[in-house]
Amino acid sequence: MLLTIRGLTKTYPTREGPLAVLRGVDLDLERGESLALVGESGSGKSTLLHLSAGLDVADQGTIRLDGAAVAEMTDSQRAALRRDRIGLVFQQFNLIPSLNAGANISMQARLAGRNAPDWNAHLAKALGLGDLLQRYPEELSGGQQQRVAIARALAARPALVLADEPTGNLDEANADAVLALMLGLVAEAGAGLLLVTHSPRQAARLGRQMRLVMGQSQA
Amino acid sequence: MNAARRLFLAAAAAMLASRVGAQGFAGLGAAVEGFDLPDPATRFGFPADHGAHDAFRIEWWYLTASLSGPDGTPYGIQWTLFRTALKPGGGAGFQSPTLWMGHAALTTATAHHVAERLARGGVGQAGVTTVPFQAWIDEWEMTSLAGPAEDALNKIALTARGADFSYDLTLQATGPLVVHGDNGYSVKSSEGQASHYYSQPFYEVSGQIVLPSGPVSVIGQGWLDREWSSQPLSERQTGWDWLSLILEDGTRLMGYRMRDTGGDFTAASWIMPDGTVDVLPDGALVMTPLRTARVADRDIPIEWRIDVAAKRLSVTITALNDAAWMATTVPYWEGPVFVTGTHRGRGYLEMTGY
Amino acid sequence: MNRVVLATLLSHWRKRPLQLVLLLVGLSLATALWSGVQAINAEARSSYADAASLLGRDQFDRLVSRDGAPINEARFAELRRAGWPVSPVVEGWQPETGLTLIGIDPLTMPAGVAPVADGKGPQIGDFLAAAGLLLVNPDTTERLEDADLPPLFATQDLPPMTAIGDIALVQKLLGKPGVISHLVIDSAAPPGLVPLDQIAPDLVRVAPENGGDLARLTDSFHLNLTAFGALAFVVGLFIAHAVIGLVFEQRRATMRTLRALGVPLRRIVVMLVLELGLLALVAGAAGVALGYLVAAALLPDVAGSLRGLYGADVSGTLTLRPGWVLAALALTMGGMLTAAGAALWQTARMPVLAPAMPRAWARASARQLARQGIAGGGFLALAAILAVVGSGLPAAFGLLAALLVGAALILPWVVAGVVGRFAGRAGGPVRQWFWADTAQQVPGLSLALMALLLALASNVGVGTMVASFRTTFTGWLDQRLASELYLNVRSPEEGAAVLDWVTPRVDAVLPIWSVSGDLNGLPGDLFGVADHATYRDNWPLLSAMPDVWDQLARGKVALVNEQLARRTGLAVGDVVVLPGGDLPVGGIYSDYGNPLAQALITLALFDARFPEAPHLRYGLRLPPTKADALAQEMTARFQLPQGAVVPQAEIKAYSLGVFERTFAVTDALNVLTLGVATVALFASLLTLAEMRLPQLAPLWALGLTRRRLAAIEVLRIVALAALTLVVAIPLGLALAWALVARVNVAAFGWQLPMSLFPRDWFALALTAIPVAGIAALWPALRLMRLPPTALLRIFANERG
Repeated sequence: MLLTIRGLTKTYPTREGPLAVLRGVDLDLERGESLALVGESGSGKSTLLHLSAGLDVADQGTIRLDGAAVAEMTDSQRAALRRDRIGLVFQQFNLIPSLNAGANISMQARLAGRNAPDWNAHLAKALGLGDLLQRYPEELSGGQQQRVAIARALAARPALVLADEPTGNLDEANADAVLALMLGLVAEAGAGLLLVTHSPRQAARLGRQMRLVMGQSQA
Repeated sequence: MNAARRLFLAAAAAMLASRVGAQGFAGLGAAVEGFDLPDPATRFGFPADHGAHDAFRIEWWYLTASLSGPDGTPYGIQWTLFRTALKPGGGAGFQSPTLWMGHAALTTATAHHVAERLARGGVGQAGVTTVPFQAWIDEWEMTSLAGPAEDALNKIALTARGADFSYDLTLQATGPLVVHGDNGYSVKSSEGQASHYYSQPFYEVSGQIVLPSGPVSVIGQGWLDREWSSQPLSERQTGWDWLSLILEDGTRLMGYRMRDTGGDFTAASWIMPDGTVDVLPDGALVMTPLRTARVADRDIPIEWRIDVAAKRLSVTITALNDAAWMATTVPYWEGPVFVTGTHRGRGYLEMTGY
Repeated sequence: MNRVVLATLLSHWRKRPLQLVLLLVGLSLATALWSGVQAINAEARSSYADAASLLGRDQFDRLVSRDGAPINEARFAELRRAGWPVSPVVEGWQPETGLTLIGIDPLTMPAGVAPVADGKGPQIGDFLAAAGLLLVNPDTTERLEDADLPPLFATQDLPPMTAIGDIALVQKLLGKPGVISHLVIDSAAPPGLVPLDQIAPDLVRVAPENGGDLARLTDSFHLNLTAFGALAFVVGLFIAHAVIGLVFEQRRATMRTLRALGVPLRRIVVMLVLELGLLALVAGAAGVALGYLVAAALLPDVAGSLRGLYGADVSGTLTLRPGWVLAALALTMGGMLTAAGAALWQTARMPVLAPAMPRAWARASARQLARQGIAGGGFLALAAILAVVGSGLPAAFGLLAALLVGAALILPWVVAGVVGRFAGRAGGPVRQWFWADTAQQVPGLSLALMALLLALASNVGVGTMVASFRTTFTGWLDQRLASELYLNVRSPEEGAAVLDWVTPRVDAVLPIWSVSGDLNGLPGDLFGVADHATYRDNWPLLSAMPDVWDQLARGKVALVNEQLARRTGLAVGDVVVLPGGDLPVGGIYSDYGNPLAQALITLALFDARFPEAPHLRYGLRLPPTKADALAQEMTARFQLPQGAVVPQAEIKAYSLGVFERTFAVTDALNVLTLGVATVALFASLLTLAEMRLPQLAPLWALGLTRRRLAAIEVLRIVALAALTLVVAIPLGLALAWALVARVNVAAFGWQLPMSLFPRDWFALALTAIPVAGIAALWPALRLMRLPPTALLRIFANERG
């Protein structure tokens, strides 16, 4: 099992008191499998994703990636986990503004020490970025930036791709195209995909769906 | 006010102290120590007594003259040299403890011009010599023109200059020197303060005065007072009113009223045309203010009734110019007056401490 | 509505108090240093004005003796008797107390001339009495507490270390009975007097001194201080500019909303100006208070320098002048508007729907850098032109300004170029990102880097100048002060007695006699020197004819100091106009620290020309080991006052002391400027740190720990600071050259050989780079301790 989540709870302090965002979520994801995480705003989708990436730590419950418990890792081990095993695609593109598109794409792969220029080129070509590699993020459109972010996430051939509304900023046609590309490439890379979306149309295109309601999973 | 001015105010105050009364000039009493005091036994000897008396603290050469222009326009002039010593004894150059102050004034019916000079003894800027006689401060001079056989003051030349006036006069005496009080011992208060005091009241004056409008030839009559003392006046005395009148019949009257919180003190000399003097006792002269004028923010009596019953004199004296204010470092009123009533004439009035 | 708008704008500061603190600190530091320097200058100028107007020197003509001999006091009475409204003055210096004593005659002094006595005014009896009294500045009263002097009265109007008393008293204190120094002529002299040249042909009428020589002499010194103050002010404005720029960007959304809600743009701009005005007022008030403290702390040293360098007595106590406070506040307001000008202008032209782009604010285009670099190049070219063709003090300071401004403008372009080159040949991904990101940071940090550059360069420049000066000056003192003992006697009679006794006991007696006068049209001193090996061996000649000492001994030539030579364009062989007759210049000698012209002729010629000159000073040559004993014996035997016999070492120590005090002020300002630059750097980093988060968060998400990111951030600033330092050193040397070869020559009249002191640069690097690292540390630590949630917020708008 690639990703195993059991009894995950997470509470955030807010002005009105503690807010239980996740209240005992269970989830399993196999390598090569894709799962759409759907639900209302505030149902805990993004938090589940962040916890899975080791960007934050759960209050209770376990997250295991290839059997290793994320909660038991140190800060730098979690950083290494993200670097080596996970590809992240966010709604905000979060490209590094000081680097051009090509350098952004290869960034994580180089950090993880398995930069493969051919694979990068393949990704870039597949995502239609071939002519744009010398450009800086600010010189790219929203769709282009999102495609760079996807390429970056996949360049290091991660075991798990975590995507948080990756097409949220795009119009419907563009969103469909980008999602299609992404699904194809995830499959090609043999990675698992956990994708947060509130679009039923998009969710339907993934292998499985899981709905979060009030921080709890409903199959 | 700068320090020099302020300093000098104090200096001038010390100098004038005996003339304007001790009030307001505290500390003078102690400074009397070491100086001679006037002595009734003293008899004057000339020319020595025309000169300075360094053993005494305070002294002056005080000349006033009532003048007329060719058209009869009345004028008055004043020329005064004050001497005051900070301490007895001498000193070379600037070390000298003697201070000199000159006052000059020229009065018309509409204007009163004043000048003041200050100096210290020792360097020659001011002083008095007896043979030949000269009293001077800066370029102001009172110089004897008398022949060797005469009294040095029988004929004198007089010059002074201010920013807006000057005069150059010759004065010829037509009578002898006159001593006041008890052989020149002139009592100033019932408490015994006194000075040595003589006058030359018989001058015929001629010469030129220069007004802002130009020079004018003048003739008239003048009066020189010589007085020295060491003793400040009684502390109760607030000031004095002094007059010198030259009457048309040739008689002269010198009189003063010392204003005293314990009762005024008056003295007078009735001087015949031949120079003989009747010394009038305290109370014989009665001075009654008739009218005051606002001068320099003070109320100054510029018209008086003067009565000397013993001499059947009852006159009114009226200032030629109400504003004859001496705006010097220590200010006082000094100006020509007209005499009307039982006698007619002209003269000078001095009022201090107002 | 105004209140709502203003409150809305001000709410920003409540949310970000750090920005508020930085803005206020930046502005108030700028104000403090500038106004502190101004306060010092004002205090000094007021002292000069007091000295210049002392006893109406600036107002009344004076009569002085034609040959410089004292005037007999009888001349005064003669002139008065002739109707001339003159008043006598006797002046002199009292070695025991160091006081300049001035005796006046209060009875004849023109009105409005003498100073005002404070408190209980002295009485005539006190002033004119034998015991007398002296009027002095309140400061001086304290200094003279133990001196054996008549009673002292304090008055504000007098310059320090000057006492006024009655002429009789001062004649006695100075041992000048019957003598006056000069006569003041009241401007109210009547017409028609006998002309002065008929009654006093031996006296010369001199016009009033205008403005005072001291003010002119010390101008350069004050210009130096002003330059430092201005530099600090500019650096402080950098801080304010950095903060305001960011705040305006961050508030764009607020302003957009306000406008959407119907607030007219004009009103917003007016409220912004009002807000800035309020802040400037607060910062200005703090700056004025701080400036006052700075000035009060520095003033004693400045006063010491001025006294030592120019003999100018400046009060060591600061007076609070309302005009100064207002000027400082106005300056802060002006500075605030300058710093905020661009931001205000942008706001005034902003379309309602412009998006907030805080990142764009920090990111100037490469073209802009290049444009700035070209302007900088222009300034540097101007500096080069001024260096070659410029002359005079304005040109010298113009050179300094052009050099600094040019270098500052060109710096970001240079740094960007260097960093870009590194970025071009990057190794690992982190390194590549490091350089790429550094390159992108340069525009945002450029103002702070410019401030740092200016501070570092001034440090190097001034340090080099001071150290060069110290080296030269110490060597020069050794040459110039060759006599083992220096003797000052009070009268020629005393001198004769002392010399009779001392001559057989020493190797040589060297008269040091001088007169004051016009040298080639400049005020200065002419000295007579003996023909002795002391001079031949030691005198520091800059250029001379081959047999200069023989020629001098024969009375054929004169020696002139560098100041006189430079100011009147004299070279060896030219003829110099001297009192008593012209002579060819046989040589030019260095004369550091002397503001006046000076010339030497042989003693025989001097004696022939000035038989009346006072013979009061001598140098004594003897084996150094015997000097102290002889000095003591001589002092005891002749009951000489303190200071009459001065050992060489004491004069050297005094001279070096003056030197050190002069540059103590420079050093202090230097350190303060560096401090302000550090704050500027810190301010820029802190404001940037917030904007940096979105740039750093992805790297964190990609697997770089916060600790590593923080370390990289510090490293980046250290690298930039090091790069700036590398630029600052040559700039500083250029600055030092401009100071040594241009400013000093124009200001003081002497040129110094410039030496290099690499160890000082190393020390500066050891200070500056860690300081930059420390400035970067806090933002970095904040980043390190940032909770993940704060970083996560970057990644999503919603927490779902």
